[in-house]
Amino acid sequence: MYLKRIMAALAVSAALPMAASHATDLEVTHWWTSGGEAAAVSELAKAFDASGDKWVDGAIAGGGGTARPVIISRILGGDPMGATQLNHGRQAEELIEAGLLTDLTEIAEKEGWKDIVNPPSLLESCTLDGRIYCAPINIHSWQWIWLSNAAYEQAGVPVPTNWEEFVAAAPNLKEAGIVPLAMGKQGWQQNGAFGVMVVAIAGVDAWKKVNVEKDAETARGPEYAKVFEAAVKAREFAADSNVQDWNQATNMVITGKAGGQIMGDWAQGEFQVAGKVAGKDYTCLPGLGNNQILDTAGDAFYFPKVDNAETTEAQMRLASLLISKEVQVAFNLKKGSLPIRGDVDLSAANDCMQKGLKILADGGIMPSGDQNLTPDTTTQIEDLMAEFWSGDMSAADAQSRYAEIIESAE
Amino acid sequence: MVDSALNNAAEPRGPKPKRAFSRANIFIYGTLLLVSIYYLLPLYVMIVTSLKGMPEIRLGNVFGPPLEPTFQPWIKAWAEACTGINCDGLSRGFWNSVKILIPSIVLSILIASVNGYALANWKFKGSETFFTILIIGAFIPYQTMLYPIVIMLREIKLMGSIWGLVLVHTVFGMPILTLLFRNYFTSIPEELFKAARVDGAGFWGIYFKIMLPMSLPIFVVAIILQVTGIWNDFLFGVIYTKPDTYPMTVQLNNIVNSVQGVKEYNVNMAATLLTGLVPLVIYFISGKLFVRGIAAGAVKG
Amino acid sequence: MSVTTEPSAARDHAPVGKPNPLFKNLSAKLASIPMIITALVVFVGGTTWTVVYSFTNSKLLPRANFVGLDQYERLWSTRRWMVSIENLAIYGICSMILTLIIGFTLAALLDRKIRFENTFRTIFLYPFALSFIVTGLTWQWILNPDFGLQNVVRNWGWESFAFNPLNDPNTVIFGILIAGIWQGSGLIMCIMLAGLRGIDEDIWKAARVDGIGTVKTYLRIILPMMRPVIITSLVLIASGIIKLYDLVVAQTNGGPGIASEVPAKYVINYMFRAQNLGQGFAASTMMLVSVIIILIPWAYLEFGGRKRG
Repeated sequence: MYLKRIMAALAVSAALPMAASHATDLEVTHWWTSGGEAAAVSELAKAFDASGDKWVDGAIAGGGGTARPVIISRILGGDPMGATQLNHGRQAEELIEAGLLTDLTEIAEKEGWKDIVNPPSLLESCTLDGRIYCAPINIHSWQWIWLSNAAYEQAGVPVPTNWEEFVAAAPNLKEAGIVPLAMGKQGWQQNGAFGVMVVAIAGVDAWKKVNVEKDAETARGPEYAKVFEAAVKAREFAADSNVQDWNQATNMVITGKAGGQIMGDWAQGEFQVAGKVAGKDYTCLPGLGNNQILDTAGDAFYFPKVDNAETTEAQMRLASLLISKEVQVAFNLKKGSLPIRGDVDLSAANDCMQKGLKILADGGIMPSGDQNLTPDTTTQIEDLMAEFWSGDMSAADAQSRYAEIIESAE
Repeated sequence: MVDSALNNAAEPRGPKPKRAFSRANIFIYGTLLLVSIYYLLPLYVMIVTSLKGMPEIRLGNVFGPPLEPTFQPWIKAWAEACTGINCDGLSRGFWNSVKILIPSIVLSILIASVNGYALANWKFKGSETFFTILIIGAFIPYQTMLYPIVIMLREIKLMGSIWGLVLVHTVFGMPILTLLFRNYFTSIPEELFKAARVDGAGFWGIYFKIMLPMSLPIFVVAIILQVTGIWNDFLFGVIYTKPDTYPMTVQLNNIVNSVQGVKEYNVNMAATLLTGLVPLVIYFISGKLFVRGIAAGAVKG
Repeated sequence: MSVTTEPSAARDHAPVGKPNPLFKNLSAKLASIPMIITALVVFVGGTTWTVVYSFTNSKLLPRANFVGLDQYERLWSTRRWMVSIENLAIYGICSMILTLIIGFTLAALLDRKIRFENTFRTIFLYPFALSFIVTGLTWQWILNPDFGLQNVVRNWGWESFAFNPLNDPNTVIFGILIAGIWQGSGLIMCIMLAGLRGIDEDIWKAARVDGIGTVKTYLRIILPMMRPVIITSLVLIASGIIKLYDLVVAQTNGGPGIASEVPAKYVINYMFRAQNLGQGFAASTMMLVSVIIILIPWAYLEFGGRKRG
């Protein structure tokens, strides 16, 4: 064991004398702890270690809600980690304004990130006043439903190809003792699923009016009313889904206990870890099969400012590594997300990822909720959704309360 | 003298029951046994669940004894469970927890006992006011103090080090501990103190020569409360330290909250029991001393 | 742990004759510096900071951009906050009453010179050694309708048995109460037991001479004598109630829906998840205010009452 490690160290130092002499420990904080996520992170760590530095893993389970206070406190406290995951969008703006994050513009310009990163909105989310502060690592889109082929076979109905068919098949699944819709009982999942239904049922224009322009009239309007009614139905379908975490809900689909789950493409990683094959064991419908459009949220790494020049250099090395082709391919294949650059070879990607890549190439993209609503507004909506999905709130009540939140949003 | 008085205090004082099987006795033991079930049930569930394999758990009876007992969940929880990319279970945090626990206990108890002593025997103008503030401090939800403390630790350059965390534990343990010590020292007979004063002993002289040697029970209580509080702390540990020095509870959170596929309840329970072992053992062995100390610190004064 | 004050003259052992009052009792003052710093800098300083920033519109980082009472107006018009308050009130009142009753009853039973007293006491006390996270997880597991208590009773043949508190918005707070009492009542039992042991043997003798029954003696004579112990217990229980957070997160995470939300959770969610520090600070200020409202009568009873006597 030890010998092996020493040999490996020797080999690395022989091959890369420069890199080895720079070897720096870099602590990286993130909340990727589910099976697929952990597998993807270890690809990053492997690549970083191989380049001569050392990835010190600071995983904090429990999602962004648990990890974020830790990350912010550490950055505020003047003893930050080397790099940290944060969703880009509006979350990090204040940290940048307070001068707490490292400016990556130099390396980004040197490596021509502007020309590489696709869609450009990803890099724009990292940019404030023309300077770049984060390295986007993947594209995640919410607009997917994951269906269990086995469940539909058992119920004796064909696998749906859009939302209407899904609704029509639900009674058959129920009869067969299968939960039609798996749904984790957490506000962010319920809100996410609702957002997906908005795009599929009310259309992307209505979605944009509400989420980008904060137009409360549209939120009160008839298009959104249809969505809330559909959500009441979806609530009935999910009535017997008794799980909390998203990946437990995914697991219900994997094991055929549930017909489907509306969840972002990170669910793909779970199917992969379980050894399921896209197209054969499970089916994925982007845009719920109703429209071919994906949002382009994603994860990004930020690099807190440190006094130590060596650490800063290591931060730059990691930033450049995250964008590199090899890492993009290795990481995203495991994570189930799409790469942030169009020029990589993803022939190894499965059926679902190919669908996503095609939509991306065709330009079927929309901004993500994270980029438009403040976390404050999102939390209010999540609270409403949690209440709506768990109780018997009527569609009309939910809609009017939803519109109120949109009205007061910044 | 005080010691023997305290000894007596821990003995039953109620009237002696007459017969072994009187109706009253049946009622007493019956109630106690029944209530014991409520208290023991969760422990029982934790233990049997931690000894089952996942297939057995899916069968769905939490109270059934394990049909094929296995220690695999315990091994996994201790040494194999993954958080992020590190797959070495709780073991990586155990010594960190010990390293945090010991200095925190020593420092917090030292300071609180001196505080209590000063408050009981050396009152000065304003001392009661500070004490009242301290007690109100016991009611403040810790979470609201996170940012102010981050800023304070940053200013004294202790953010991220174990000593910063030790300081935080000392501060938040101070209200209850000071209260305990104050009440205890107040209960020590006045005459002892006066005699020492006549002999010319000062503040520290009396503290070390008279007070300390008489304070074993209250120190036991303080240690027990602090071990429980500090060992079980997650919030401060995860915020004021770094991955290298994360306490065991951070790993526990990571194991319990990182669902890899299905929730492995057996591993969660084993991890839970392993983490709780240190305070549990201390409770089981300290038994009577705890009540005796509580009797002295909580009741008198 | 009752905070009682000795008549201060009796305990004031300051050497006489020193001219400067500042140097009077100097060692004690020096030794109290850590306490004074904690009280002033951490508790007063920290809470003042929180209160001040509750009047700002701070988002992710604290910023002194004052907006008056906006945060408070929003707070009191938020449904989740109202639900949280209501839950805390129900939990708080039930927990206080039940914990006191259970604690006192168990202590009285243990005080009856029974066998195995140590064993019983350890059984009642051990949950206190476990963290709220552990408590919450375990009880969530036991109360799970699919493989917990309900399922087991049904398997015994009582098919219609229903006990599923955690999934019903109307009962979920009581499910949390079951776990909370399990964790905390042992300590109160211990304190009560210690209090009972401090009661003079002569009281019992006198009661027996007068022919007062055992139960009546406990309720009518012993209980009133235990006032300081009960106050101590109340302080301990109350400080736990206001901080109620971990247990809820582990057991229900506020669900189903927002039915088991509590104020501390609101504070933390708004501070860190919603990144609306101002709103979180406003909520925590309200919590602090209610603590002070509860503590002032108590402090008056304790300190004020002594002065008369």
